Amino acid sequence: MDFIELDDVRKVFDVRKKKGFLRRERHEVRAVDGISFTVPRGEMVGYIGPNGAGKSTTIKMLTGILTPSGGRVRVAGIDPSRERTRLAHRIGVVFGQRTTLWWDLPLIDSYKLAHRMYRIPDARFRANLERCVELLDLADLLAVPVRQLSLGQRMRGDIAAALLHDPEVLYLDEPTIGLDVVSKAKVREFLRDLNADAGTTVLLTTHDLQDIEQLCKRVMVIDHGRLMYDGALAGLHEVGESERTLVVDLERELPALEVPGARVVKVEGPRQWLAFPASASAAPLVTEIASAYPLVDLSVREPDIEAVIAKMYTDRAELG
Amino acid sequence: MRLYAAVAAGGFRRHATYRVATAAGVFTNTVFGFVLTFTFMALWDERPNLGGYDKPEALAYVWIGQALLATCGLMGGGGFAEELIERIKTGDVAIDLYRPADLQLWWLSADLGRAAFELLGRGIVPMAVGALAFDLALPDHAWQWPAFLVSVALGVVVGFAIWFLVALSAFWLMDGAGVVQIAWLCGLFFSGMLLPLTVFPGVLGDVARVLPWASMLQVPADVFLGKHTGWGLLEAYGFQAGWAVVLLAAGRGLQLVARRRVVVQGG
Amino acid sequence: MTAGARLVEGLAAFRMIAAMWIRSTMTYRFSFAMTLLANFVVNFFDFVVILLMFTHVEGLGGLAFAEVAFLYGATSTAFGLADLALGQVSRIGRRVRDGTLDTLLVRPAPVLAQVAADRFALRRLGRVTQGLFVFVWALVLVDIDWTVLKVLVVPMMVLSGAVIFGSVMVAGAAFQFWARDAAEVVNSFTYGGNTLLQYPPTIFAKDLVRGVTFVFPLAFVNWLPALYVLGRPYPVDLPAFTAFLPPLVAVLCALLAGACWRAGLRAYRSTGS
Repeated sequence: MDFIELDDVRKVFDVRKKKGFLRRERHEVRAVDGISFTVPRGEMVGYIGPNGAGKSTTIKMLTGILTPSGGRVRVAGIDPSRERTRLAHRIGVVFGQRTTLWWDLPLIDSYKLAHRMYRIPDARFRANLERCVELLDLADLLAVPVRQLSLGQRMRGDIAAALLHDPEVLYLDEPTIGLDVVSKAKVREFLRDLNADAGTTVLLTTHDLQDIEQLCKRVMVIDHGRLMYDGALAGLHEVGESERTLVVDLERELPALEVPGARVVKVEGPRQWLAFPASASAAPLVTEIASAYPLVDLSVREPDIEAVIAKMYTDRAELG
Repeated sequence: MRLYAAVAAGGFRRHATYRVATAAGVFTNTVFGFVLTFTFMALWDERPNLGGYDKPEALAYVWIGQALLATCGLMGGGGFAEELIERIKTGDVAIDLYRPADLQLWWLSADLGRAAFELLGRGIVPMAVGALAFDLALPDHAWQWPAFLVSVALGVVVGFAIWFLVALSAFWLMDGAGVVQIAWLCGLFFSGMLLPLTVFPGVLGDVARVLPWASMLQVPADVFLGKHTGWGLLEAYGFQAGWAVVLLAAGRGLQLVARRRVVVQGG
Repeated sequence: MTAGARLVEGLAAFRMIAAMWIRSTMTYRFSFAMTLLANFVVNFFDFVVILLMFTHVEGLGGLAFAEVAFLYGATSTAFGLADLALGQVSRIGRRVRDGTLDTLLVRPAPVLAQVAADRFALRRLGRVTQGLFVFVWALVLVDIDWTVLKVLVVPMMVLSGAVIFGSVMVAGAAFQFWARDAAEVVNSFTYGGNTLLQYPPTIFAKDLVRGVTFVFPLAFVNWLPALYVLGRPYPVDLPAFTAFLPPLVAVLCALLAGACWRAGLRAYRSTGS
């Protein structure tokens, strides 16, 4: 059964722009403009797009913070905007830039509050806390006031706080923003395990495409309030007509190689860069080059998703 | 000098953008002005010439108070103290301290800009409403207006100097809320906001009239009402300027000590 | 969910969050002590004004000192109670501005309860304590021909007054959903109203008194019931039974404030800012 359902969901804001001293001009902004998708239970989905594309607005409608202007939203069969508090028991939310932890109190106090506010049965609470503490490495931090935690430690603390009541779905808004490499890795590893072990549905928005690459099989791209792409990460490359790059090191400087199915994009001394479609295999190219030219070494570079998405945007902008 | 002029202009513009807040403040000042006017009327009806004021003067005093409430930072330092305390708590102040500009002068300039805006934006309208609705004593001579403005400017500097000291206390207390409250109370009480200091009885009145807070409302109001003329006016200015110098110097001293122990809270 | 269940849930959430804030403020003990003291003193200040006034006069608006103190004590206690429970809702504008209201909306508790408990501070006890102190003092000093009815009116007046003030605070907070920076306007009705009611109605212009009687019913907080207890006439001609109306007015105000709050929250959730 689909756990999250969005059917032609729209969200229109009235924005007043200052025009001159007192005059104001009103105009409509379609933050979300007819989005439909479903997410089955237990899936982990990346939700990406540039700033102001409508990512946060979608998350806010899914959590019941915002009421949609049109369309239908269901999470676990519940209409979020109408039954906000009932839904709250079943979802976990982590806002990357806004901690929900208690600034001046030891970390454990925030968890104790969640224990009572979400009315988590004692045994459940203990088990969940223990698990989070172990996996997120929080044991030494529980007694520390939150204001003394580093950004990475605080994010781990926030994630734990969102999971103590066993939510069926976890929304993460920029969970790795501002974190150092080690903290990012820890957070990602935890999310992967959470999704695999507990079967928690995860929807995450991010700017960091590595988050998506390492965590999500499925990715949705949103821009100008519309869904631009919904599918496997690999497929995104085809849609974006992305190319992989073959970097070859030759014995000596040569004119640009001529290889069918690839084209040289750059020559620098004995090193040459060949671009070929991301969907094609590199093997025949390598064979071809090795047989025809004095090859010393070679490597394949995966396409940069950022570039892929950027290309998608420009294509769309040119069309529209 | 150029830099600080720019900072002051920035302070002015920054507060000028809060249009709704300004309108809300004007409304509040006006409402309080009305309530206080009636209580003063009741008092001066019973005791004409109380504290050396006749009734129109006493009523004018109420509206001057409402006009200067925000300007002289009688309600919490125009938010600058709160902002500075926040910067001290988060450790951002370290950046300010190592900026090529002077911390105290920087904030003073910004505060002067703010005060200029508050006087225009929040002072004029309540004063005009008060003058239309009631019989207020207004200056007889044109020179009283600029004389009043000079006194207000000095009052703003004294107000700033006090709030700067308050804000710097956060270096040692980490949470300035308590000191802010005390400073706010003293400002409210000893500036003459509640009642003119000339009405305070005996020793309390004598003490209140020589404390720095008197510079923030009592003295400007008296200048407005023409109570200080000739040498008396210079004396009044001297009183305000004296406090300004002493308090600014104290703030400077505290700033030097604070600089030596910049504490950056974990983050 | 029934209204009763929501109320229970709201009170539970309020208690939990308030307890967290109390513990938070306790981490800065010195500041806590200072603010508690300051809060007690600041409330005493408006009373000091009245004391100072009475060093110069025998009566204000025809009322003696004890009678003015009675008015003062009644409104200050009512205001203090309302402020203790709901004063923090005025911070809603700030939460809307910085976007942290969203974090409250994803918790399984009524938002009003969470906002009311936001930054709850024990120092607010200073206000009620001071009001109550003056009220008791006034009750000792003042010369009243007590009847059973008058004895009953006294607690009814304070409780209804607290509900009326609380309603104004909630309605004012709801107003901030539309005008985020207008927190100060609300102050003129709450703090301004409290100041107004500390003085006898007889010193104010008749139109002002009519306004706070018929349009903006602050007069029901203390003026009407207190003047009945004191056996003094109300400057605007009203039937005698109006002195007993405060509970009814309070209920109406609370219902209206609740409707405003819900409308405000709905507007926020449909505009997102």
